[in-house]
Amino acid sequence: MKKYEKAIEMILFISATIATLSVFLITFFIFKEGLPILLEYGILNFVFGANWAPTNGSYGALPMIIGSVSVTVGALIIGVPMGIACAIFLAEIAPTPLVKLFKPAVELLAGIPSVVYGFFGLSVIVPMIRTYILPIAQKFNSDAFTTGYSILGGAIILAVMILPTIINISENSIRAVPNEYKQGSLALGASQFDTISKVIVPAAKSGIITSVVLGMGRAVGETMAVILITGNMPKIPGSPLDSVATMTGTIAMEMGYASPMHQRALFATGIILFVFIMLLNVTATFTTRKLGRG
Amino acid sequence: MEMQASKIMISNKKINLNIKEKVSYFAIYLAAILTLVALISIIGYVLMNGVKHIDFNFFIQEPSSMGRKGGIFSIIVGTIYLTLVSIAIATPIGVAAAIYLTEYAKETKLVKIIRFGTETLAGIPSIIFGLFGFVFFVILLGFRWSILSGGLTLAIMILPTLIRTTEESLKTVPQSFREGSLALGATKWQTIIKVVLPSSISGILTGLILGIGRAVGETAAVMLTAGSSLGLPMSIMDPTRTMSVHLYILASEGLSKEKTFATATVLIIFVVLINFSANILANKYMKRTKIEA
Amino acid sequence: MMNRTKIKVNDLNLFYGDFQALIDINLDIMENKVTALIGPSGCGKSTFIRTLNRMNDLIDNVKIKGEILLDGADIYDDKCDLIQLRKSVGMVFQKPNPFPKTVYENVAYGPKIHGVKSKTALDEIVEKSLRGAALWDEVKDRLDKPALGLSGGQQQRLCIARCLAVEPDVLLMDEPTSALDPISTLKIEDLLEELKKKYTIVIVTHNMQQAGRVSDFTSFFLNGEIIETDLTDNIFSKPRDKRTEDYITGRFG
Repeated sequence: MKKYEKAIEMILFISATIATLSVFLITFFIFKEGLPILLEYGILNFVFGANWAPTNGSYGALPMIIGSVSVTVGALIIGVPMGIACAIFLAEIAPTPLVKLFKPAVELLAGIPSVVYGFFGLSVIVPMIRTYILPIAQKFNSDAFTTGYSILGGAIILAVMILPTIINISENSIRAVPNEYKQGSLALGASQFDTISKVIVPAAKSGIITSVVLGMGRAVGETMAVILITGNMPKIPGSPLDSVATMTGTIAMEMGYASPMHQRALFATGIILFVFIMLLNVTATFTTRKLGRG
Repeated sequence: MEMQASKIMISNKKINLNIKEKVSYFAIYLAAILTLVALISIIGYVLMNGVKHIDFNFFIQEPSSMGRKGGIFSIIVGTIYLTLVSIAIATPIGVAAAIYLTEYAKETKLVKIIRFGTETLAGIPSIIFGLFGFVFFVILLGFRWSILSGGLTLAIMILPTLIRTTEESLKTVPQSFREGSLALGATKWQTIIKVVLPSSISGILTGLILGIGRAVGETAAVMLTAGSSLGLPMSIMDPTRTMSVHLYILASEGLSKEKTFATATVLIIFVVLINFSANILANKYMKRTKIEA
Repeated sequence: MMNRTKIKVNDLNLFYGDFQALIDINLDIMENKVTALIGPSGCGKSTFIRTLNRMNDLIDNVKIKGEILLDGADIYDDKCDLIQLRKSVGMVFQKPNPFPKTVYENVAYGPKIHGVKSKTALDEIVEKSLRGAALWDEVKDRLDKPALGLSGGQQQRLCIARCLAVEPDVLLMDEPTSALDPISTLKIEDLLEELKKKYTIVIVTHNMQQAGRVSDFTSFFLNGEIIETDLTDNIFSKPRDKRTEDYITGRFG
């Protein structure tokens, strides 16, 4: 009997390790495939090389790194204020029936496949940028030009895609702020707004930061939406209306037809992306634990 | 007396004070409305353009001329096949892992690493899973582009969700249930199988449904591991094309507006249904915890 | 000695949904005196004290009838400025609830939101309020340290200082010492003696000795009603109502 129970515990334990083992396996194989070319070509040459022409043996990943970063930053500029505002709305302002309506909507937003976001961006946002934003840009700079496939388009769609992450985590951390803080502030004659902005949000700071970091991770790692919207031009962009290729997009697009050497370069790009994401994840875990609840 | 009384009464000065506050409230409401507008316009746009192109034949016909004509029969079959394979692999592992973490694990260093690893896995982007699945399952293990390769890759991807939701629902099972069973002389494992798991079944199902949603919606990783063949898959070693991949190929190659919208519509309806049922289940176990708390 | 009524409560009834928590409350609260509210748990004394600065407004489903006059003006009147009301009627809670900010920021919070910007003015208010709460000597060297690092008793006096900083007329205290050790409790009780020279104080307490020690007037609450209000000395030596006597002699509760 005792042995039987022990065996079961062992099986359960092994199952529990599989997720972690997968992380190790994934790390190992991505590095195994990509690291040799990264070292051979030179990490600095790879990271700071401005020319990506894999068919000619030129592997400068800088355009894609800048592409990923610019789309992500754009998404954060739009998505973070919106997401935090929604979280405040849900946790502090909206009456319960409205919250009950809003929450499933946010979940649905998280559930829509990224390829659908990409398709929507491709058929709605891209033409809108061409017809509405371009003329405005041309008023300031007569040389402005865009196909609509742009950083801006990618940023708008990514902003919507990271909203659920930011809203959910921020809302939870705002709700976790002890009610006593709120009462203490209101009892001093503070308005609801002062209470929210000066007591509640600062107290929920760590959760809000975590939400932004995780949202950022989602934006950097997103593939199918950006691939359909940003135009996939591996060139260093000059304006938000320019096309860019992201790291994720390039990997997904070129993997299908890449020669072995080119494939390894894509894995090397994967390493950069992977390191990026890992840094963000560690930061998120760190902020949650360090600043912590309580 | 009168003078003092006026102290707590609203003075005219106060009424139109604080534009900053008003602007802030306005911005908050605007953000909330915009979020809803984004959701409604994405779903609305796809449905309005897609529903009219869907008929019964769309579901039962094979796609022809690269998807320009015909239906999505083989694609639906491929999607279901791939999803089933992935949850069949992931569910036992995920549930077992969650049981270990909630019922057995002590806070040792090893368990901390396991928790951290699981969290980390959840944050890895799908394209990295795709790369891994490609080099590991497709090439190294020689499974080629197949439902098996795709299913294994997806299984790893949905594992964190499954573990998390199962863990959460296991935690809502009151300690008294376990004590009651153990006090009757049941072993730990008997208690888990007979008492703990049945009372957290709706939570486990929620995780399962969310996993299905993720598997159906995933594109990048599937494309690199299961391929994009249009043929009807006959075995687990055949390549296939899922709805998401199909939508991507139609959209990026501009093959047919009608079929693109129709496919997107089927995908969205599917996702909405999945979310809806996950919500109902989640509410069910939330309610139960409330009553017992 | 002249007693002036600071707060006059007329026929106050309060409902949580269908449940009536306060029944026909009538009470005069005297200026610069300490009024203690005593009674068994669930008798409505905490609910009542929270009507005095309208903290019950935060709870859904609360209906209030009757009037509460502060210096003659009804605080439940539509024209009452809630912010001004809560500024004039400060509140100290059962559990110390300093904000997760520094000691200084906790005290300066109130004046800041009410428009004090100058650093020198804030410094002055902070020092004055901390002195008023008999805390200055203990914290003057750690004003920039987190308030949550103070002891429970210090935290509670910090919360009192935080109230004083917005210059209220009335201080409401909802079992302010129930979470504190005896020595901290004694310090707060001593402080009340000082504070009533400038403020009108209403204190809810479970501890009858405390009511006896600190208050001038005592109201006995039972099942949502006030059974008896009198000078504290009278309540404890010759209560008029049998139920009051039963309670203070420990026969129930």
